Amino acid sequence: MIDFRLPSLGADMDAGTLLEWKIKPGDTVKRGDIIAIVDTAKAAVEVEIWQDGTVFELLAEPGTRLAVGELMANLLEPGEQPGAQPGAQPSSAARPASRVPPTTPVPPAADGAVKPGAPPVSTGMQAPGPRKAASPAARRRARECQVDIEQLTGTGPHGAVTIDDVERAAARAKSTREIGKEAGDRQLAMRQAIASAMARSKREIPHYYLFETISMRRAVDWLAEENARRPITTRLLLSALQLRAVALALRQFPDLNGFWQDGAFVPAAGIHIGVAIALRQGGLIAPALRDADKKGLDELMQALADLVKRTRAGSLKSSEMSDPSVTVTNLGDQGVEAVFGVIYPPQVALIGFGRVVERPWAEQGALRAAPVVTASLAADHRASDGHRGARFLAALRELLQKPEDL
Amino acid sequence: MKRSYREALRGALRAALAGDPRVFMMGEDIGRYGGTYAVTKGLLDEFGAERIRDTPLSELGFVGAGIGAALGGMRPIVEIMTVNFSLLALDQIVNTAALYHHMSGGQFSVPLVIRVATGAGRQVAAQHSHSFENWYAHIPGIKVLAPATVEDARGMLAAALADPDPVVMFEHVQLYNLEDECPDLVEVDIVSAKVRRPGSQLSLITYGGSLPKTLVAAERLATLGIDAEVIDLRVLRPLDAPTVLASVRKCRRAVVIDECWRSGSLAAEIVALIVENAFYDLDAPPARVCSEEVPIPYAKHLEDAVLPQPEKIVDAALSLFGEPPP
Repeated sequence: MIDFRLPSLGADMDAGTLLEWKIKPGDTVKRGDIIAIVDTAKAAVEVEIWQDGTVFELLAEPGTRLAVGELMANLLEPGEQPGAQPGAQPSSAARPASRVPPTTPVPPAADGAVKPGAPPVSTGMQAPGPRKAASPAARRRARECQVDIEQLTGTGPHGAVTIDDVERAAARAKSTREIGKEAGDRQLAMRQAIASAMARSKREIPHYYLFETISMRRAVDWLAEENARRPITTRLLLSALQLRAVALALRQFPDLNGFWQDGAFVPAAGIHIGVAIALRQGGLIAPALRDADKKGLDELMQALADLVKRTRAGSLKSSEMSDPSVTVTNLGDQGVEAVFGVIYPPQVALIGFGRVVERPWAEQGALRAAPVVTASLAADHRASDGHRGARFLAALRELLQKPEDL
Repeated sequence: MKRSYREALRGALRAALAGDPRVFMMGEDIGRYGGTYAVTKGLLDEFGAERIRDTPLSELGFVGAGIGAALGGMRPIVEIMTVNFSLLALDQIVNTAALYHHMSGGQFSVPLVIRVATGAGRQVAAQHSHSFENWYAHIPGIKVLAPATVEDARGMLAAALADPDPVVMFEHVQLYNLEDECPDLVEVDIVSAKVRRPGSQLSLITYGGSLPKTLVAAERLATLGIDAEVIDLRVLRPLDAPTVLASVRKCRRAVVIDECWRSGSLAAEIVALIVENAFYDLDAPPARVCSEEVPIPYAKHLEDAVLPQPEKIVDAALSLFGEPPP
């Protein structure tokens, strides 16, 4: 039996609302299939499954708010027979979904042997600490009011959280929410999500900053030439070139591509570049361009265009939301020369590009006007040192001098 | 008119004897002596020895005789001097009275009423002071009543006699002198629990002899800012679960007060009922105030120490509230 739990779709996510199931009991699913749509503070996200199996039972109803790590569905592993539970056969019509605590024992397999539960699908963090003492009534009301019990101070016997504590907290949250009512709850929620992630970053991550002004003459010339040969639809943007260069440079510097977790650096399995995309209604999302180093320029350009389009339409996939291993922000189109970013935890680095500007540029003893860009690196000093960061920026600079090789 | 619990019981017995020739009484010392607790005083003179029958010290025998009379069409009221002695008659009550309707396929009913004095507090020592209401409330086939007010003392007997099945009625010995306003004729049901004091923050659930103590505790709690509701179960089998649960769902906290010993008590059953049905409404774990698990002592100070008392109820109630919010 596979337990499907709500994955963390970003470091700043601790709950989401199930909007829609894309599966029903009896369906066969493959790794990578979209099985549900979950609304996070930032967007409606298509949630993927990472194991093959057959849907056995849906345990959450659309409209329900779920904590990250909460059990959403059970699936049978390929070849597994459903346990002898009356009325729980996968062939039966969708039963009224009921909430089941995550400690629900795994039903025995047909041969009587109990199979160990599959590990949770979530890539996010979810080790639950000791449970906060709270009365059953308080827990139920907290779920209804979307109040996080763990954040409350209990006034009940032995410091247990009571229903009054929850209602007071809900009233406080409501008055805060109402302030932002005009701007819309979504924007407010996103603002809060960004606030929470950025505050955590500045609280926890000792940033160091480096920057390097890079001549873009060759890159700009090459791009103009290349684009002149191309139909409009397949023309490349300079930002695709920059992303490609970042991806290739990161191959040499795996200590900038990964996560700081539980007091240690964990390298990422692939180079999934989070691209900071501003939303028209305000706020921003940094979904992942997965395996950016394995995509050629054309493919990367296509993927980037697709990602921007889908981000603004609010139809991202869960893997894109959850697993950027590094972030690139490009404020060049805002007309500024340089940006020093705040790292998105638990990532350990953020690369920023400013506007490409013409500046006097000395090269081989001659001074001339050249298009240049300021590339910056904000990195986590726990995971890497300035020396490594400097070498990374140097590598990036060199890559951008040979655009034809990108 | 103000009358005592004892007088209310006697009034109910007189009315039953006068109103139905099938009604008669049996028990130890109920006739010439006038009843151990003087409930039946004067009834022998009024209704004669045929209908007010003194029995030998033989609970098994006279309860059995009562069952036979009930099967034969009479409406016997059997008095057992104390619940400790009712254990001698358990076989007749549990294996015969409670089963006949079932085992005869519905052909026979046993319209028998058994009145039992119960409880402690009168310094009559361990063999005359215990509370075994929970033993009887465990048995399908009998109804178990616990009149805790003068009104119920007056009204429950008629309803019990009208019931086609055996009814065991527990009269707490501490209640006999209780006085209250009560009209001469009252009609009460033997189905429901009753709210004796409405409240909003805490359900105090009790029955029988613990009701007056619980009401005292509720008043003390009110002075401490806690608004307690007091539920009198009245009927111990079958339990009026909806009334109990409605109160707990409203107040979110519950203390059950029961003079039985805690282990396996009726209080345990009530707590289980609450947890099974109102778990998500609870704002604190349910608590119990029961008798200490020793034979009821003879010495006054020890007897008082062993029994549920208003102070113990107040303490248990306060333990369900934490510090007030800052």
